[in-house]
Amino acid sequence: MKNRTIAAIATAPGEAGIGIVRISGDESIGILKKVFIPKKEIDIDDIPSRTLVYGHAIGRKGEVLDEVLAVVMRKPYTYTTEDVVEIHCHGGIVPVRRIMEEVLYHGADIAEAGEFTKRAFMNGRIDLAQAEAVIDVITSKTETGLNAALNQLEGELSKELKIIMDKLLSVMAHIEASIDFPEHDVEEITINSVKNMIIEARLAAAALAESFEEGRIVRDGLSTAIVGRPNVGKSSLLNVLLKENRAIVTEIPGTTRDIIEEYLNIGGVLIRLIDTAGIRETEDIVEKIGVERTKGAISKSDLVILVLDASDNLKPEDIEIIELIKSKKVIVVLNKIDLGTVINQEYLVELFDKDSIIEMSVKERVGTDKLEERIKGLVFHGKVSINKNNMVTSIRHKNLLDRALESMDKALASIEDGIPVDLISVDIREAWRNLGAITGDTVEEDIIKEIFSKFCIGK
Amino acid sequence: MEYLAGEYDVVVIGAGHAGSEAALACARMGMKTLVTAINLDSIAMMACNPSLGGPAKGNVVREIDALGGEMGINGDKTMLQVRMLNTKKGPAVRALRVQIDKERYSERMKKVLENQDNLQIKQAEIVKINLENDEVRSVVTNLGAIFKCKCVILAAGVYLRGKVVIGEVSYDGGPNGLFPAMKLSKCLEDMGVKLMRFKTGTPARIDGKTVDFSKMAEQPGDHDINTFSFMSGDLDIDQLSCYLTYTNSSTHKIIKDNIERSPLYTGDIVGVGPRYCPSIETKIITFPDKEEHQIFIEPEGLNTKEMYVQGMSSSLPEDVQVEMLQSIDGLEKCHIMRTAYAIEYDCIDPTQLKLSLEHKKISGLFFAGQINGTSGYEEAAGQGIIAGINAALKLKGEDPFILDRSEAYIGVLIDDLVTKGTNEPYRLMTSRAEYRLILRQDNADLRLTQKGYELGLVSEDRYKRFIQKKENIEKELERLKKKTVSMTDNVKEYLIRKASAEIKGGISLYELMKRPEITYYSLREIDDGMPEIDRETAEQVEIQIKYEGYIRKQLQQAEQFKKLENKRIPKDVDFLGIKGLSLEARQKLNDINPSNLGQASRISGVSPADISVLMVYIEQMRRSRGGDQAGKQEYSN
Repeated sequence: MKNRTIAAIATAPGEAGIGIVRISGDESIGILKKVFIPKKEIDIDDIPSRTLVYGHAIGRKGEVLDEVLAVVMRKPYTYTTEDVVEIHCHGGIVPVRRIMEEVLYHGADIAEAGEFTKRAFMNGRIDLAQAEAVIDVITSKTETGLNAALNQLEGELSKELKIIMDKLLSVMAHIEASIDFPEHDVEEITINSVKNMIIEARLAAAALAESFEEGRIVRDGLSTAIVGRPNVGKSSLLNVLLKENRAIVTEIPGTTRDIIEEYLNIGGVLIRLIDTAGIRETEDIVEKIGVERTKGAISKSDLVILVLDASDNLKPEDIEIIELIKSKKVIVVLNKIDLGTVINQEYLVELFDKDSIIEMSVKERVGTDKLEERIKGLVFHGKVSINKNNMVTSIRHKNLLDRALESMDKALASIEDGIPVDLISVDIREAWRNLGAITGDTVEEDIIKEIFSKFCIGK
Repeated sequence: MEYLAGEYDVVVIGAGHAGSEAALACARMGMKTLVTAINLDSIAMMACNPSLGGPAKGNVVREIDALGGEMGINGDKTMLQVRMLNTKKGPAVRALRVQIDKERYSERMKKVLENQDNLQIKQAEIVKINLENDEVRSVVTNLGAIFKCKCVILAAGVYLRGKVVIGEVSYDGGPNGLFPAMKLSKCLEDMGVKLMRFKTGTPARIDGKTVDFSKMAEQPGDHDINTFSFMSGDLDIDQLSCYLTYTNSSTHKIIKDNIERSPLYTGDIVGVGPRYCPSIETKIITFPDKEEHQIFIEPEGLNTKEMYVQGMSSSLPEDVQVEMLQSIDGLEKCHIMRTAYAIEYDCIDPTQLKLSLEHKKISGLFFAGQINGTSGYEEAAGQGIIAGINAALKLKGEDPFILDRSEAYIGVLIDDLVTKGTNEPYRLMTSRAEYRLILRQDNADLRLTQKGYELGLVSEDRYKRFIQKKENIEKELERLKKKTVSMTDNVKEYLIRKASAEIKGGISLYELMKRPEITYYSLREIDDGMPEIDRETAEQVEIQIKYEGYIRKQLQQAEQFKKLENKRIPKDVDFLGIKGLSLEARQKLNDINPSNLGQASRISGVSPADISVLMVYIEQMRRSRGGDQAGKQEYSN
């Protein structure tokens, strides 16, 4: 019989040089296949047990999340005696969380506190003397976790969830009442209104799930790309910003890997500068614009800082970059104003918010304060929106929301396919159950209560 | 004076729907059995509605049938009308509902009991159950007859301290004018059995010749007659109709004007009534905005003019009942033959029972039916057969027979009762089942016949049919997987007729059938190899293919569920002494004393962390006792 496959982030958050996602259970190797592509062409089934393999962690759309080392440990000679997989990625908060998210997306459940140890014990891997300790781990961690969860739920999140769940509950009660009491004049709910109610609930749930992205900004930093053609002063800008505002978040001691991100603390806003190595490289190699790399940085960013040379006309390379960032939040830095302003400002004003165009001379230290003000302004005035009220910060909650969304999508697709209502209700119930798992509600009694409070039923 | 009147393996107290099934199961499993009833004319009496089945309930009837019980066959033999409900709402909730001839139902069941080997029937009120060392020893009748026995199945329905209430009038009484059992409750209390007080009610019966059916909507039966029993085959009967009418504003006014005369509002009734079966006065007070309520007029039998007025259950005074009934279209001149009444009765708190329905502390004392806080004939019969089986197994020294929540509605029912308890008369509903896609009424035989056969309740004949059907289903599924079609002219025309998309290359008929618009029988048009299979087999093939994805998903969930269910909790665990558990969990676990971790996880107040702790603790116990063999005998169920 199959065991639930569980996963957890095995390293302490934000402190270590590497982050490790650990997975245990029958599905763990299968999940690795979905989130990891080895650099060398090797079938994951052929990877020798307990050997590190270099490659990329990938997201569900095939995007590269990080370069990582993966290790497969086959049962039964593992800590839990089940198949165990570990993915070692860059330290810091972001990569490890993203990988964890993908692992959950592909079917793992979040490990409960002490669950790896519990499995080790249940499977006979550790001895009796340790059992008491296991119990302590389970109870102590759960209680802390529970408190944290309760604190978070007091407030907008739980209210928001309640609204969504009530919508689903109402749909379910209608369906269930008509199923369980078919001859009573329960107003038959039309499939169209079922559909509309699910769509409403889905929109609200999707907004909540997206607030995880926004929550991420507060937690992990506003991911920011500095882009521009070579020799406009990106590197100097980066250095100035770092010198004044560097936030020490990640240390990678003695590593040979590129330093790919840096953190700034600008007036309390955590800014994560992505692909800083790329910024330096493209400055050095004059003839190479590195469009692909720029594209990659832009796609990952919440905010783009476009650096232009104010003392020169717009070049085709500039236009090319501008095309890439049209859909993004952008701050335009007009650098080198100390050399005079030649650039066509009217053209830029048409494309970008006037307040977001900042004249600057990095060399003369002019304008950096304006840039910082603008970044803060964007964050605090909701231009880069962070909805603090509905922040979903827990990866577990995000995961449950994702599953609920998936179930609602499935229900909607089934409605389109003309699938009967009792099967549709399975997916609606599943969505409700996943949302309920966030707040700890259970569905069964609630539905029955709802049926009897809403409908006059009986012989 | 008491005298020794006989000696039995099992005495079943009560011969209603639970008692009849319990007695038959015991006797059929070879136990020398006595079944008693206060009045032998009331065997398997339908004291309320003249029908069986409906959502969830119909599934239970088929489950009883698959296990070798009698309710399904008895219903089929005495049916007046058949309807398959919810046909458009999906495969899992289709529900057979059958109007029954009450008198013939009761009569035939009595005959079945009479003709059963190992079974004796006796008219008697049992007033005492004697124990020794918390083990059942004998029962005593009101006339002093002592019957020694090893097990007792108490299936007393609503008779214990029954009190009938009609308006300002109330008296000690059982259902339908029968005597109540006033003495046994005291005996139970003395044994330490915790009692509760519930209430239920039934509407009036009226004389059909005083009803104007032309003012009502006729509700005929289905054209195709489905049956409960997998053994009944095709039936051909002349069906009777039911009739639909409605209450109106003047009905509601009569009720409101007299509401202070209702015992529900005067406080004469203290018992808790069911939410799903409210009296008409409760409906009108609770849903004041509803302008009309449905009333179904249903025949009670072939040999009687009595009609059942579904929807008008009431405990209002008789004069108000006459007035309110006569305010309804078609009932202006109706004559009441039997007055509606409410009845209050003692039942037990079912959390005192094991999943086998045996009392946790009194060895050999089983409870089944309404006395466990349920309502409904089907719920009663489902418990009856399980209690009967388990009494027999106990006497044979074998492990109890437990159906879990993923195996049967009966499993859902008993687990709900025993694990969660109930604070109102419990009714089974499809929404209570987590795995209803696999607990369908159409596959009850596939789920349970094998089990019934192993218990010795299923006849060779039935078993052979079941094996044959199973083979036919598998063979046909295989054939459909192998047989492929391509876009020939014939297929092309077929797909156009069905408004179905074209196919590219070859596709198996199995895959083609997954399309909602393609039915099994219509495949004949392009499938020359279709074998002659019966309707039930075809239905299975169709459902299994069409809903494969959903069904597989639920099967996986059920498998997951079973993991916890299979982790048994040793009998001698001291929950109060496990320090890792929350205080609430310790107390709740100690009260309910669950037999496995799955059951423990469903107790309110027991958290997942508590279950983890319990799991570790049990494993610890197991190892300290020296491995896998330890304490198998000590497990409880």
